[in-house]
Order: sequence, then structure tokens, then C-alpha cells
Amino acid sequence: MANVFTNIGEWVNERAPGMAPMYRAHMTEYYAPKNFNLWYYFGSLAVLVLVNQIVTGIFLTMNYNPSAAGAFDSVQYIMRDVEWGWLIRYMHSTGASLFFVVVFLHMFRGLMYGSYKKPRELVWLLGMLIFLALMAEAFMGYVLPWGNMSFWGAKVIISLFGTIPYIGNTLVEWIMGDFLPGDATLNRFFALHVIALPLVLLLLVVLHIAALHEVGSNNPDGVEIKKGPKGNRWDALKPADGIPFHPYYTVKDLVGVGFFLLIAAFIIFFAPTLGGWFLEHDNAIRANNLVTPAEIKPVWYFTPFYAIVRMIPSFAGTAVWGVLAMFGAIAVLFVMPWIDRGKVKSIRYRGTGYKVALGVFVLAFFGLGAVGAGITAEVIPEWFGNVDLTTWENLFGRVMTFLYFGFFVFLWAYTYFGWEKTKPVPDRVTTHD
Amino acid sequence: MTKPQMTMKHLLASFALAIGLLAGAMPVHAEGAEGLMKSGADVRDQASLQRGAKLFFNYCVGCHSLKYMRYSRMAEDLGLTEQEVMQNLNFTGAKFDDPVISHMPVGSAAAWFGKDPPDLSLEVEARGADWVYTYLNSFYLDPHSPIGWNNTALPNAAMPFPLWELQGTQTAEMKAGTESGAAVVEKLVLSHPGKMTPAQFQQATRDLTSFLQYVSEPAALQRHHYGVWVLLFLAFFTFLAYLLKQEFWKDVH
Repeated sequence: MANVFTNIGEWVNERAPGMAPMYRAHMTEYYAPKNFNLWYYFGSLAVLVLVNQIVTGIFLTMNYNPSAAGAFDSVQYIMRDVEWGWLIRYMHSTGASLFFVVVFLHMFRGLMYGSYKKPRELVWLLGMLIFLALMAEAFMGYVLPWGNMSFWGAKVIISLFGTIPYIGNTLVEWIMGDFLPGDATLNRFFALHVIALPLVLLLLVVLHIAALHEVGSNNPDGVEIKKGPKGNRWDALKPADGIPFHPYYTVKDLVGVGFFLLIAAFIIFFAPTLGGWFLEHDNAIRANNLVTPAEIKPVWYFTPFYAIVRMIPSFAGTAVWGVLAMFGAIAVLFVMPWIDRGKVKSIRYRGTGYKVALGVFVLAFFGLGAVGAGITAEVIPEWFGNVDLTTWENLFGRVMTFLYFGFFVFLWAYTYFGWEKTKPVPDRVTTHD
Repeated sequence: MTKPQMTMKHLLASFALAIGLLAGAMPVHAEGAEGLMKSGADVRDQASLQRGAKLFFNYCVGCHSLKYMRYSRMAEDLGLTEQEVMQNLNFTGAKFDDPVISHMPVGSAAAWFGKDPPDLSLEVEARGADWVYTYLNSFYLDPHSPIGWNNTALPNAAMPFPLWELQGTQTAEMKAGTESGAAVVEKLVLSHPGKMTPAQFQQATRDLTSFLQYVSEPAALQRHHYGVWVLLFLAFFTFLAYLLKQEFWKDVH
């Protein structure tokens, strides 16, 4: 038997001699720092979720009907009449939310350990493009079940483009292909969701990983292992602190996969709506342009950005500023490598100012999320009694918006003017799990 | 900074994050959830589902459809035979594999009550079990309403109360007018007892709510059935993966 495999291997190798070296370059001879910690699971988990979304998505596509008349019914058909349809749908809907959980944690890891800094700027930029494509993918996927929140969410989000002066209204009609979200909108969103954006995402993920393997992985110490001493057990010329990605990190990531699947399976089997966070109650009602949900709000992963739109007042006769600020909140992350001038990468050796600022940034992100999800609208009257909700919510939301953008301004000044007092960075990586 | 501390800290932080996400997520059903009664509905209680189905097909299906629910699927999930369902629950002459469609002609109800009775297939998913349970317990006689009934959970609902012979009739004690001048219901009192005691009626409406919760997601039964095994398998898998990792990483120093 082993002989057969060897023969097949040789047969392929004769005809595609480049494949084995490529496998080695990215797997068995890709040397990753040996000190990855818990935060380094989320990259491979993001790939796992991407595969899950594609595979479950293919099966959903077989039974989903992309029309305003049939979409809502076809989702119930999947839930009730398609064999294991409920499991496929819950894997897809839970996967969508967990994709963002994983990606947010992955991005936070990058901020914590300075993974966006030289020489990894391109890795970061490609990652940000993935994030952008993922947001578009998730938004369009959310519209497809054609529930009432799908409809009104689509209407509100697309209408954001209507704030652009002069061309706004025409642009909105062009995006929807109608005056309201309808058949045309659903059809094009379906095409983009199942073909166009997945292709873009896959390509970007390949480039992201290729760019990473070109420069090598960062690590919790922010030490460049390629600049450290050479020679490990496998290769005399490779970094001493590096270990082959396969099998060391493949088996380690397997543990992370196990834990992750435990959480995912718990949600899928015991709380698929997660109390209305992953699947919203208003989406159990068919899309109806005559009945507005009590509160139109996006799914949880968009809430921080949605809150920024709401918090920026309109002036000079246009409401476009909120929309600009929302896109700005994402755009500013793109230029993170050039905002942060600090030479030290890892939070372990950075100044107190950076640690505090990053903590405040995370708080602002959650605070904005609370505003966008309508939590503040519930909590403010509960805690402070009969106060003017709009005033207090706006005050809170604007402080959070200020802190969100303030993080980047502070970080630039903090590093540009050399205010940061860093600790000495060790020559070699320190620990490993 | 010693190595175990760093690891533990991150481990704890991540677990706190995961648990926070799960726990923080739970109370969001709160959209207007204040003052709702706890339904105690349980789709795993098959006897309760059967009693709820009986109530539904005796009191509700005259007006309300369950267009996504097939008689045959319901029989299978509720542990009923085809004969039992066709003789005792199906009064419309529908086939066993047909969905539950009311005989109420579309449009005529709109003329009689002002609104077509909504399909209830997804009612619990849309509004929550507690809301449905509260709604069923909150009808009261209202001489000002065109149909004679009103409901505190859904003011000015266009629905007459078909379970009145079971519960009896409730009347409302009004609070003094609010700022807007509208009268507000202080509380409901049972002015005329029905066939059931209040405890029996609450159980009956709990059964009905359980049944509607089942109808809104029949897959819930399968979820609960397989979920435990999937989690056990994954726990075992994770354990093996951990052992494998420890074995491979022995020589990394």
C-alpha cells in the first residue's frame, strides 16, 4: 500500500515538480516563532470558519430561492423539509457571527503585538481588505432570508449612500435596482454573496498568507526571529527560535479548533439565535415594507460602526458626515502602520500610554456597540430614571466616538514626539505555551 | 514576567471574554419584555405538546393557520399516529402530508374583525414564548372595543378571546389617566370563573405556548437530541488533540 502512495507521489512529482517545494515552503519548512500564545489561534480559526461558510453555503444555495416572493418560504423549507437543513443553516448563521468574533480577536492581536509594523505592513493591508470584503459579504448574506429586519436593515444601510450630495439618490436606486429593496436587490445580493465576494475573499486570504510567509510571523515578544541567531534542529540556516509550522502548529491549532468547535456546537445545538444576537427575532417576520420593526438595528458586528453614523450630527445641510466618519473608522485602521511610529512592537515592552490607550480603544468599541445595539437606550432610563434619553445617549455615544478616533491621534502624537518610554526588548523570544 | 502567569492570564482573559459574550447575549430578548409573565414552556415535554396541540386544533385553527407545519411531521414529533391526528386534530379534510391551513376564507376575516388572523407558524420565534403566554392570559372584557375584548399585551388587538369558557372572563381595573389622558390598566381581575381554575388555565396556556414554540422550530427537538452527543464527541476530540500536541511539543524548549 505504502508503495502505491510512493509511486503516485513520484508520478505527480515528475509532472509537477514545483508542488513539493511549495508544500515544504509553507508547511514543513515554514519556521514560525515557537512562542505563539492563545491569541495566535484566531488566524487558523478564521480559515476554518471561511471553509465552513463556503461548504454550508453551497448546500444552502441548493435549496434557497433568491426571489422576494420565495426567499422567506425557502428558508423555512430548509429549516423543516430539507434533511439536516436546520443544521446546515445554523452552522452558516452561527459561523457568520463567529467569523466576526474570530476576526475581531485576530485584529486585536495584531494591535497588541504590533503585527502591522514593518516589515508586515502589506500583511496588515491585505488583512484589512479581507475585513472590508467580509463586512460586505455579511451584509448581503443578512439580506437574503428576506425577513423584516433584512428588509429594513438593507433599506437603512443602502440609504446611507443617499446622504452623498448630488448623486446620493441616484446611487441608492442604482444599488437597489428599484425604489425599495425588492426582487432586483435580492437577486444581485445573492449573486454577489455566493460568487463575487467569496472569490474576492479567497484570493485575498491566499495573498494575506503568502505575504505573511514572505516576511515571517510576528510573535508575542515582537522579536524578529529572522534577525536572531541561526540554526535549529531541522536546518542550520533557519532561525533558532523557529519551529516548523507542520507538525508543531498544525497539532497545536487542532487543540484550538477543538475548543472553538465546542463553543460553536453549543450555540448551534442549544442557542442558535443566541438570545436574538445571532439571529434576530424580527427576522422571523416576512419582509414587509408597510410594517417597520420597533427598532431598526444591524446585527451585533456592525453596531459599533452603525453607532458612529448615528452619533455624528448633520451640518452644512447634509448628513454625509456620519457616513464619512463610519468609513473613516475603518479607513483609519488601514493606515495604522504609518500612524504608529513606535519602534517597539509588542505591548509587553511598550509604554504605559500605549497600554492604557489600547484599553480605552477597546472600551470605546464596546461602548459604541452598546449604542448601536440599542443597549444604552434600554439601560439609561433603567439606571438614571426619567432623563432625556436622546441627550444622554448622544453624549455617551459621542464621547465613545471621540475616544475611538482619539486613540489614533494619541498614538501618532505619542510615538511621533517620542513620549513613549519603552522597556528593553529581549534578543530572543522568551516563553512558549 | 514568568511564563505560567502570562499563559494563565491570557487563558482567563479569553475564557472571560467567551463567557461574557454568551452571558451578555442572553437578556436581549428584552425588546419591550418588561412585565411579561414567565411561560415555562418546554418543547421537550411531549405530553405538554400533545395537550397544546389539542387546544390549538380545538380553539385556534378555526382562524389561524400554521402554513409551515405539516400534519405528518407533527404526528412524528409529538408521538401520535396518523389515525390519531387525522381523526382528532385534522378537521379540515386536509391530507396527512399537507400543512395546517385554516378554513377561514382569506379576506372575510378582515371584513369581520378588521384584520386577517396572522399565521402562527413563527409567532413564538418572532415574539418569544413569554409574550405569547402573557398574551393568552391578558384578555379582558372591554365594552369600548368593537369586538368586546381587549388585551393588555397587545392593546386593541382585533382578536376575540376563544378560551373564555376555560378561563372565565377578566375585567380591567383602571389606573387614573396618565399624562396623555389615556386610561391605563392597573390589573386584571377574574370577574367570572370558567371551567378551569386559574392554575389549570395557566397550565393549559403553557401547553399551548409550548406547542407553538415547537411549531416555530420543529428542529429544536433534533437539536437537543443530537447536541449532547456532538459536545461529548468534541470534548473527547479536544482531549485527544491536546495529548497529541503535548506529545509533539515535548522537544520544544
